[in-house]
Amino acid sequence: MKRPVSSTASRLWPNVTAAVLFVVFAFPVYWMFATSLKPTGDIIADDPVFLPTDITFDHFERAVGADHFWTLVGNSLTVTVLSVVFSLIIALLASFALARMRFKGRRGFILTFMIAQMAPWEVMVIAIYMIVRDADLLNSLVPLTVFYMIMVLPFTILTLRGYVAAVPKELEESAMVDGCTRTQAFVKVIFPLLAPGLMATSLFGFITAWNEFPLVLILNKGIEKQTLPLWLSSFQTTFGDDWGATMAAASLFAVPILVLFVFLQRKAVSGLTSGAVKG
Amino acid sequence: MSVQTERADTAAAPGVRESEASPPGPKARTQRRGGAPAPYLLLLPALLATVVLLGWPLIKNGMLSFQNLNPRQLILHLTEWNGFDNYTEVVGSSDFWKVVQRTVVFTAVNVVLIMVLGTLVGLLLARLGKRMRLLLMLGLVLAWAMPVIAATTVYQWLFAQRFGVVNWLLAKAGWESMADYNWFGTQLSTFSVIVLLIVWQSIPFVAINLYAATTTIPKELYEAASIDGAGVWKSFTSVTFPFLKPFLWATTFLEVIWVFKAFPQIFAMNAGGPDRLTETLPIYAFVEGPGNQHYGMGAAISFLTILILLGLTAYYLRTVLKQEEDEL
Repeated sequence: MKRPVSSTASRLWPNVTAAVLFVVFAFPVYWMFATSLKPTGDIIADDPVFLPTDITFDHFERAVGADHFWTLVGNSLTVTVLSVVFSLIIALLASFALARMRFKGRRGFILTFMIAQMAPWEVMVIAIYMIVRDADLLNSLVPLTVFYMIMVLPFTILTLRGYVAAVPKELEESAMVDGCTRTQAFVKVIFPLLAPGLMATSLFGFITAWNEFPLVLILNKGIEKQTLPLWLSSFQTTFGDDWGATMAAASLFAVPILVLFVFLQRKAVSGLTSGAVKG
Repeated sequence: MSVQTERADTAAAPGVRESEASPPGPKARTQRRGGAPAPYLLLLPALLATVVLLGWPLIKNGMLSFQNLNPRQLILHLTEWNGFDNYTEVVGSSDFWKVVQRTVVFTAVNVVLIMVLGTLVGLLLARLGKRMRLLLMLGLVLAWAMPVIAATTVYQWLFAQRFGVVNWLLAKAGWESMADYNWFGTQLSTFSVIVLLIVWQSIPFVAINLYAATTTIPKELYEAASIDGAGVWKSFTSVTFPFLKPFLWATTFLEVIWVFKAFPQIFAMNAGGPDRLTETLPIYAFVEGPGNQHYGMGAAISFLTILILLGLTAYYLRTVLKQEEDEL
């Protein structure tokens, strides 16, 4: 039985709570952008300026003008894109076998990847450092690419396996009846339908590699081979209390991920559900 | 459309098993069994990569932990085995046990907060109207997508001693002594900021996935419960909670893993300071190993850390493995 007295209140409180929570969750992100666009006078004000009216791009200029900025952008992009592409290629092959074929040891493979997915990379950096040092590859982008690839590989395999399994077998079989080889059936029929899965997994891979911090911290001491997370974490120390420039740097670092997240997340699901398999 | 969004969240979320939980189904299997080399060839690159890039560092870590590896040995490329010396030294030091204790408490506090608040926010999402739900989702996705290091930097700014908006707010609210408070001066206050950061970033995952799970609860169950005279609380405990229990269980363990090995948040926030008082195990291994140039010791700490993590999550790993075996 509902108590009529409190009905207005009981309809109101979820909305009020939701509004408060929205502010709590969105504010730090908003504050980053707001600070990066405010003139310094508004940043170091006794009362914070919550709605910047004076917009300036000075802070961004200082952040972009910092030494090696564009080198680091290039490094981050290289390492991220290459590791994601490599892991996608390897995972495509593996996930096809795991989703579509029956063979001895299949279960063992899946379990291996499930365990590999939980590997605590953060505490393995010392061993990786010694391996990379012995191979004379410190201050190089190669080990970063390779290890970022393996960090995202298990998740990519396991997720893609779900997407491959979701493509109806009948599609592939009818292509093969029509004279395609199995490889052709895969390339022409399954692959296009996997686009959403590829986007979802590459989003995850991109985020992981773009954010990775402990490994590059120990491997690449030379500034010209570092990546953006290191640059950003040392930005505040380098620039003292220049919060405007620091927040501009943080914004520059965050925008690609925020955009990808919002954009790819929608795209990632549209394909599979839009009725490729009607009738 | 909102249903689609949730599916993407699930698929894009690290470690969530829903997408794999939908097996091809008990259709007739037409493939040949065994024999053909094709599946093995397809799996070869993945297996090779895993064995070389994950297996080798693990073994290397084990080997390093039995070596005396300080700057001298490092530079001269000497391999000096010293048996269990590193382990006896680590286990014998009170610092190590303090860090272990600290890490466990840190993990527990974070995970409890994340799970309780995340569940509440998820249930709230289920109660909201469409527009407010979208708004709250937007806030959650923003916090979720924020790169860790960027978020850490923003929190440093929010909690800055001078001109930080949190100190201003506290002072305005009447707590005058907080006007120039240095959050990174004591262990407790530094941890408070770190916990807040981690909880803020982790709630969205729990809340959004939990909300997605509630949408799959059949309405008939609630109808049946209300016919039986169940109130709001009763239908929660008898319908919603049992339905969500497996999800909550699995997520709790995933959060334990993620929080336990959290590195960038703590390291970038205050480098384990003040006075090394906010070092958790991964940071401790890093500072002892590469930081103080005792690589053998660092490797031993790493190895013990992995063991503790395994111990904490053994039960979960077992259920996952069992479940998968039943499924395959």
